[in-house]
Amino acid sequence: MLRFTLRRILQVVPTIVVVALLIFVIFSVVPGTFAASLFADGKRAADPQMIARLNEEFGLNKPLMERFVTYVTDLAQFDLGTSFRTRQPVIDLIGDRMGASLQLAVAAMVFAIVVGVPLGFLAALRPGSILDTVTMIGAVSGLSMPQFWLGLLMMYLFALQLNWLPSFGYGDGSLQNLILPAVTLGVTPLALLARTTRAGVLDVLNADFIRTAHSKGMSEAKVVRWHVARNALVLIVTTVGLQFGSLIGQAVVIEKLFAWPGIGSLLVDSVAIRDIPVVQGTILVIVLWFLIINTAVDLVYAAIDPRIKQE
Amino acid sequence: MLKRLTLAAMLGLGVATGALAAGERHGGTLVFTAPYGSSFATLDVQASPNTQEEFITQAIHRALYSWDSIQNKPVLELASSEEVSEDGTVHTYRLRDNAVFHNGKPLTADDIIYSYKRIANPKNAFPGASYIAVIKGADEFIAGKAEEISGLKKIDDHTLEITYTGPINPGFPLMQNTTVIYPSNVEDESSFAKTPVGLGAFVFKEHVPGSQVVVEKFDKYYEEGKPYLDRINIVLMAEDAARDVAFRNKEIDVSILGPTQYQAYQGEDALKDHLLEVAEVYTRNIGFNPAFEPFKDKRVRQAINHAINAPLIIERLVKNKAYPASGWLPLSSPAFDKDKAPYAFDPEKAKALLAEAGYADGFEFEVTASPNESWGVPIVEAILPMLKKVGITVKPKPVESSALGDAVTSNNFQAFIWSNLSGPDPLNALRCFYSKTAQSACNYASYSSPDFDKLYEAAQQERDPAKQGDLLRQANNIVQDDAPVWFFNYNKAVMAYQPWIHGLVPNATELAVQPYDEIWIDDTAPDARK
Repeated sequence: MLRFTLRRILQVVPTIVVVALLIFVIFSVVPGTFAASLFADGKRAADPQMIARLNEEFGLNKPLMERFVTYVTDLAQFDLGTSFRTRQPVIDLIGDRMGASLQLAVAAMVFAIVVGVPLGFLAALRPGSILDTVTMIGAVSGLSMPQFWLGLLMMYLFALQLNWLPSFGYGDGSLQNLILPAVTLGVTPLALLARTTRAGVLDVLNADFIRTAHSKGMSEAKVVRWHVARNALVLIVTTVGLQFGSLIGQAVVIEKLFAWPGIGSLLVDSVAIRDIPVVQGTILVIVLWFLIINTAVDLVYAAIDPRIKQE
Repeated sequence: MLKRLTLAAMLGLGVATGALAAGERHGGTLVFTAPYGSSFATLDVQASPNTQEEFITQAIHRALYSWDSIQNKPVLELASSEEVSEDGTVHTYRLRDNAVFHNGKPLTADDIIYSYKRIANPKNAFPGASYIAVIKGADEFIAGKAEEISGLKKIDDHTLEITYTGPINPGFPLMQNTTVIYPSNVEDESSFAKTPVGLGAFVFKEHVPGSQVVVEKFDKYYEEGKPYLDRINIVLMAEDAARDVAFRNKEIDVSILGPTQYQAYQGEDALKDHLLEVAEVYTRNIGFNPAFEPFKDKRVRQAINHAINAPLIIERLVKNKAYPASGWLPLSSPAFDKDKAPYAFDPEKAKALLAEAGYADGFEFEVTASPNESWGVPIVEAILPMLKKVGITVKPKPVESSALGDAVTSNNFQAFIWSNLSGPDPLNALRCFYSKTAQSACNYASYSSPDFDKLYEAAQQERDPAKQGDLLRQANNIVQDDAPVWFFNYNKAVMAYQPWIHGLVPNATELAVQPYDEIWIDDTAPDARK
């Protein structure tokens, strides 16, 4: 198990290196610079001296290779650089936002698991029933509805019409403000979890060993608890892991819509004004987050199903 | 038509000033939305030229001058009087003796000298440096060739003498949010980025990065009886649709409207009576690059102005949230020429002009454009069939907005569509057509006209505002006739506000920037806000 864990952790390193390289190359070739973005809204006249001063300060007038070497050297020392816009360390900016992003992602995932897994289970145990049909129609709708649109509908219904919840913002960090963005973000993983759980449970229910358990006189409740749940768990854990890993990246739209102060909105803002160190740092953190969750999932299901680590 | 529009702008101003009638009430919380960008970059507002940072600036800071939206001109803010030398270059300021910083330090001349040196410090590369450059000796300081700015002279703690490079109106550059005054007794300057200290009516309380800034009433603010509000939550909401829901749900007090919302709000009884409109000082235009052969000929540029039906686009696409442009200087500019008509929509004349210029068979050009709904790709698509009718083929070249800034300032375009600052200072606005202004500065269409230059230089030296206005009006009309750009429209900014909000003003420089110390809320506000 230790060797398996170490191997999985070491695999993260080359992935991060490749991603860092890609980000650097992409943002070196896309048109537009931070200095030019300061005049992009046309609200002030361009100032060539200031553009030159900023480019010099940020080293943007140096050759690409030299910049790349600096970037990689800093990265190797866990230095994500300094924001062009705020002149603060990128790691601090991300740190300021990470809490809100995690809060949103965890809340969305908890909502998805608590509602999605039982729904999928119940639907699988009663295939063809009304519950099954409604759950699956709901799941397909949930998967196909654009999050932006769903968020607006939620705002309209729960804030404007019913007046139950605030429509936007972080407020004082209370649960009330978290509910709408978390539910909006949680709908896609919920739908996916419901479908996956249903498929996984149906698969197990049709397996030979379940028939054997039934023929040995095991009660329905015991069969579900001992065999079905345990065997379907691997699939559920995988789906939860993958979804949780990608939630922070997916939250970009939701954070913008609900004025939620996470790293998703930080990334969007930074791309728009070409604050490259923040863009690079934020993407790296999102990728790292995804890799860590995936590694954790691998380890968890290696523990659930020992056959996996042999492969 | 223009008279009617001017009247409409004046009426808008009347509505807003009416809201300033007696009955002011103290207390309450204003929830103000910052609709631009979606995060405050830094709370060190000297370091940031972004519009969203102006919302914090108005609450926390003060500059030597401020913008008076009712008089439509800059006025003294931190000084109680100003004496100007005969040649107009030396200004002696008597500073307010009751202005106190939030950290308890009284304002003195040292704070202004310290702040201007900080802004102009070449190591900082701050955006306000170009405004400080109007002070004598600032250029040498910015270039790192001098230890002091020679034009700044402290007479005593409350008297400051500033020598400018010419007989300019220093109110325009020194009212900017990037030229606000900081206290000179703070040891760690980097603390301004997280805990700002100013002279404004509100004290910084909290910043949730990416979400909101909270400020609270400053008890020692120098204007007696102000501010009225106890607290302001300055909230970031970049999405129009989300802002719409929050406004209708009474969670926010003001909302800047886009064209679609403007049309919708006008049709609803509960909303249409609480709209504040103003002709802002921006001119939307398509700039032509004279390096592209057909644009060298004035007749071609004029033909394009005649071939496009701008009022139709404003009506259908921009939903009347704009005023047709008759020249560069907009309606709210003191030098606006109300007698000058816009180019008439006349495709036949356009064809004749093109034929005269040797382009009877037309030509093809591309317009670099951002996705902006009011001055981007959608507008280029609208002019496409109109120009096709006179034989010109237009190709939109879509780019992201920061790439647009890059392409235009590096002269890398055939034509571009943009919205550019054209006020409030007409002298500064027309600088962008002065042949000595670099293309990369703001002479984006590489305009050069000896007649214009002569008038502009005369206006630079003229100290009588009326005479200067006349010269600038004539210069503006030369630009209109030469048509280095397609004159599209002047932005009509629209703000929807809740009925319990009073004291908003039609700020032509940027409607969303409001004087918070003038704003008050009445008894009809929801309980949570009172």
